[in-house]
Amino acid sequence: MDRNQSHRNRRRVLKTLHFTALFLTMMIICIPGLWIVLNSFRPTVEIMAKPPVWVPSFTLDHYRAMFAGAGEGGVPVFSYFRNSLIVSVTSTLIAILIGMSGGYAFARYRFKGKNGYFVGLMLFRAVPGVALSLPLFIVFAKVGIIDTHFGLILAYVAMNVPFTIWLTDGFFRQIPKELHEAAEIDGCTRWQAFWQVEFPVARSGVASAAIFAFLTSWNEFALASQLTRSVGSKTMPVGLLDFTAEFTINWGGMCALAVLMIVPALILTFIVQKHLIAGLTFGGVKG
Amino acid sequence: MTEVTLSKVVKKYGALQAVHGIDLDIKDGEFVVLVGPSGCGKSTTLRMIAGLEDISGGEVAIGGRVVNDLPPRERNISMVFQNYALYPHMTVRENLGFSLKIAKRPEQEIVKAVDEAAGILGLDELMDRKPAALSGGQRQRVAMGRAIVRHPDVFLFDEPLSNLDAKLRTQMRVEIKKLHQKVESTIIYVTHDQVEAMTLADRIVLMRDGHIVQVGTPLELFNKPVDTFVATFIGSPPMNLVDGVVQGDSIVLNGSVSVPLPVSAGKLTNGQAVKFGFRADNLMPIGHAVEEEGAAHEVDLSVTLTEPLGTETLLYTNMAGVEVQAKMFNPRPVAPGEQLHFRLTLDKCHVFDAKSGQAVRG
Repeated sequence: MDRNQSHRNRRRVLKTLHFTALFLTMMIICIPGLWIVLNSFRPTVEIMAKPPVWVPSFTLDHYRAMFAGAGEGGVPVFSYFRNSLIVSVTSTLIAILIGMSGGYAFARYRFKGKNGYFVGLMLFRAVPGVALSLPLFIVFAKVGIIDTHFGLILAYVAMNVPFTIWLTDGFFRQIPKELHEAAEIDGCTRWQAFWQVEFPVARSGVASAAIFAFLTSWNEFALASQLTRSVGSKTMPVGLLDFTAEFTINWGGMCALAVLMIVPALILTFIVQKHLIAGLTFGGVKG
Repeated sequence: MTEVTLSKVVKKYGALQAVHGIDLDIKDGEFVVLVGPSGCGKSTTLRMIAGLEDISGGEVAIGGRVVNDLPPRERNISMVFQNYALYPHMTVRENLGFSLKIAKRPEQEIVKAVDEAAGILGLDELMDRKPAALSGGQRQRVAMGRAIVRHPDVFLFDEPLSNLDAKLRTQMRVEIKKLHQKVESTIIYVTHDQVEAMTLADRIVLMRDGHIVQVGTPLELFNKPVDTFVATFIGSPPMNLVDGVVQGDSIVLNGSVSVPLPVSAGKLTNGQAVKFGFRADNLMPIGHAVEEEGAAHEVDLSVTLTEPLGTETLLYTNMAGVEVQAKMFNPRPVAPGEQLHFRLTLDKCHVFDAKSGQAVRG
């Protein structure tokens, strides 16, 4: 009985430790985000207060100011939001189309230098984006696409394609080739077999690749801060800089804009989340 | 009419040749089983007929039409895969109707054909489930249903029962045979299991290393194997083979036991090295044999091991220094080491040339 008891105790202790560790980890991840949200709703005095004020006195001043005219501390939120949306959505769509084709090719076809290509793509991922910002700036300036949506989209597509290829390749690899063979025997062309069978089965993989590509573009700051200058092309992360002046930083306003930035990303992630659940593939094959 | 003809069909993967110029005529409505050990080229051959593999040389014709360069969809075939390859994102109903939907047939016709196939295979209860919610046997049935919905000219089966457990396999084997009786289409079936081949086939094509070794009805392959490979591959337990040398009218096995030459044996020269083959069914203890008449050789052997199977018991014994298997009908318990008086039915014995392995038959 003693051994049973001690075993049970040990399990209880382990479980408690487990939850504590999880709680701490989640706190480290969540508190900065929470702090941003809280700061956006509290007066500047409270933001700077030491020790920190946990329960804020609620105010919408920062939001009001942000949406106000240019002279009253406002920033062109709608323009930034529109720019971000255009750049992120377009670059994600292009990256997914290219990445999916590439991933499918790597997963299904044999061709010369396949492994070399693949390693090359992955190496490209290893180059930090910032390191490219100066060369990109010079090239884009020479070509005349600096400070345009097109330029930024191009840069983001190049950034996202290797990753989407890598991700979709993995998903297509999991789909047994018999599925498209069965579809071809059932009367499909290779093209039909892809869209009717393989794509729907790999949908969750494509969706996760898309969400990653979108978030990368949506949140990217280093490149965008170099490649965009004007209200017509600046994205939201770059827009955050509008709240910095020579000697002061408007933390409240910055947090308010950051919240506006986080919300669409959160919503999108929740929408796509149910597609992210894999396991759809399994069941059609094997017994 | 949908006969399938293979003439000098070759498959090469780079320098490696997987199929070496196969010739085969399959008649309309025939159930042909390609069987052989893994890597013998049977699946490759089937996939070439299906159009899933390029044909490196020779010709494949379905219904008199050369299909070498036609994509699978234009060959009017259907195929059942080893892993079923059901579309996981579609319900059973959608899986069954997929080929007709792709062919843009009217909705009514699709519903009718799908219901008919579901009726034949007993899938009515499962129509709205996804493949993931089906058991192995049910998935297998859906895969078969998907194949019959289109009324193809030829059915191709690629080891369809390998993923099922033993009991279900036997059950599905019967269903496949019933299905063939019902649809009367040409069926080409690939398996590595000789029992499946024996039980299902009108004709067996036994392959090894990309060559056809023997083509014939199950009984032909069982009773008249062309060489030692066929003799040991077909039939369970495999045929006993004992080395021997021809001496006059008898064969001396391993220099010790002398056995009269079987009547069926063909031309043999004195001193020729041979392999003497007989099945467990032809070596039975007297009093427990199926037949007690005809030419026979009687011999005393001691039993080393027994495997009771109910109606019969497999006896492991030792003949001229080689372990051989014998059978005992109406079995009684036999203790290891017990000596029994056996009867070897001579007219069912086989003689193979030791060097080439080819059967020597009159």
